[in-house]
Amino acid sequence: MTESIQVKMLLLMTVLSILLLSGCSTIPKNTADTQPPLRQFEDVVHTEQGAVEVSDPLEGFNRGVYRFNYYFDKFIFLPIVGVYTFIMPDYAEDRVSNFIDNIYEFSNFTNNLLQLKFKATGITLARFAINTTVGIAGLWDPATSMNIRRQPEDFGQTLGHYGVGNGPYLVLPVFGPSNLRDTAGLVVDSMAFTYVAKELESDWMEDNDIRLIFSALTAVDKRKRQPFRYHGTGSPFEYDLVRMLYTAQRKILVEN
Amino acid sequence: MRKMFLLALAIFIMCMLVGPAVAEKPYFFPYVNPYEATVMEVPAVYEAELPEKVPTKVFRVHPFPERKVPDVFWYDQGLECSLVYQKDEAPLIFIIAGTGARYNSPKMIHMQKAFYQAGYHVISISSPTYSSFIINASKSMVPGDLNDDAEDLYRVMKIALDKVKSKVKVTDFYLTGYSLGGIQSAYISLLDETEKQFNFKRVLLINPPANLYNSVSRLDQLLNDNIPGGIKNLNVWYQNLLESFSSLYAEMGYFDLSGDFIYKAYKRHPPREDFLASLVGLSFALSSADMMFTADVMRGGGYITPKNVKMNNSTSLTRYAMVGLRTAFTDYFHEYFYPYFHAKNPDLTEQELIDQLSLNHIEKYLRSSKKIGLLHNQDDIIMAPGEVDYLHGVFGNRAQIYPTGGHCGNMNHPDVVRFMVNFFDGQEG
Repeated sequence: MTESIQVKMLLLMTVLSILLLSGCSTIPKNTADTQPPLRQFEDVVHTEQGAVEVSDPLEGFNRGVYRFNYYFDKFIFLPIVGVYTFIMPDYAEDRVSNFIDNIYEFSNFTNNLLQLKFKATGITLARFAINTTVGIAGLWDPATSMNIRRQPEDFGQTLGHYGVGNGPYLVLPVFGPSNLRDTAGLVVDSMAFTYVAKELESDWMEDNDIRLIFSALTAVDKRKRQPFRYHGTGSPFEYDLVRMLYTAQRKILVEN
Repeated sequence: MRKMFLLALAIFIMCMLVGPAVAEKPYFFPYVNPYEATVMEVPAVYEAELPEKVPTKVFRVHPFPERKVPDVFWYDQGLECSLVYQKDEAPLIFIIAGTGARYNSPKMIHMQKAFYQAGYHVISISSPTYSSFIINASKSMVPGDLNDDAEDLYRVMKIALDKVKSKVKVTDFYLTGYSLGGIQSAYISLLDETEKQFNFKRVLLINPPANLYNSVSRLDQLLNDNIPGGIKNLNVWYQNLLESFSSLYAEMGYFDLSGDFIYKAYKRHPPREDFLASLVGLSFALSSADMMFTADVMRGGGYITPKNVKMNNSTSLTRYAMVGLRTAFTDYFHEYFYPYFHAKNPDLTEQELIDQLSLNHIEKYLRSSKKIGLLHNQDDIIMAPGEVDYLHGVFGNRAQIYPTGGHCGNMNHPDVVRFMVNFFDGQEG
């Protein structure tokens, strides 16, 4: 069994970050005739903590990855998603989405359980049972039609539930906005998933080719369902806004 | 006699058949509060039925190809515009977005679909206050002057038409815009009277401000009046907002930002007016922060960014965002906009400049030009008291004023969409 692609990516990122960190300054470069602006930060802002401020000591690196993701999206990821949606009928795409969601109920189950949310754990189990049988291997999602809603939880949320703070904000290559805690969560979820699949000795998970196809399909399906486009807002402060909204969204998810 | 009777019978039957179809239901809009109307999504039953997808081509224009774009805007590749096209020969309508909005903002997409359905080609243009427009298409790079903005837009429209000429066959040209794009449409129409590139057959102004300075003052004020302590306490307000969202999640059992979820949440907890008003003010403040930062950087800095510094893709912009958010539009006017025009014309006073940026300034043209119409709401929150009535007086029977709808809140309402389309087909009034 090879390491999961996700773990590899994250290792690569850590190495990259160490290499790149030294070279990135987030302060604009002064020239010989630099002058302060009419409205200076020190004069205008008297707030201890601004709404747009999020702990981001790796900002220079993060902005670099943000830029990398913009190009990766533009030249690799979105064209692949485009080919996928062009080839596949919409109906089949929805079946793929359901199938993948059903498999990853595993993470929802473990993390609800770890947070001692027994009701949500039960709901997740019921969903998995219904969708795997009535929904034919998870290709359909009859559970949601029965108003048995998904109870999404990940290990980042579990850590947060037990009081682990965000840590510094991170922009991950390909994956996008995250923070140290949620990145750790991503690694743990991915490792747990791989481990259990191995323990179950499920044949299809043993086959490297199929594993690769499954991982790739998951990535493409996820990107397809995510309408966000890097620099799609046109705002020069998009990086700041995304950071602010990601942090807010995770805060709400951790609290619930 | 018999013939007469038959004719009368025939007319009677025709009236019976046509009658119910012609008699329109009175206009009804679900949100009576203008802030609700402006902010909330209209429930689907009050939305016009429009096609889900329309044939669209996105393209870029570079009105100033020689211009060097600073590194901090590394992602900008030119001003994006879109063409929605018919297969056959058809009239073409230009639509201009409102403050800070881009060619594919939700309101623009709705208009594209409505006009496509009515048989028009549609070219959509981002607002001259939108960052990419300032970078690529603004000659002065000081947005907000209606004459300059109209010239910039006109230039973009000509280039855009040139780019799509091979794809579409055009009969006549039409023009519309909402909010700031509405007042700009009036100035573009005026410019076209001398330039004569398009000879617009009809021009519709949708919820335009009557006087720019009045309207931006009101929008600035929304933030100060409705966020306790004003913009400097934004974070307290924001953290409270997140807590409300969090408890909403707990209550509803799930959370997303779909119209469905928001409407359900609205039903449970109708939002307070001060909250809605602060949302309008905040959204405007975000747009104007983008605008000021872009204009300042493009012109070498000195207002909210230092003069003569080099920024690139790893430069932190958070501090400039914070300063930008704390810089009201009226600050921009007094500290940046007026000084720029004063330097060009030392006799110009602030009050003269304020008066120039208005529909009053071109009232004579608006009164005499029968092709220009007005669509407005009596309760539009960007209008000072009496301004809607003033415009009503100027446009007379070319004005359609709805009692409710707030600022552009009813643009998707079936009656309003029908009015827009009929106006351009020449069936209004």
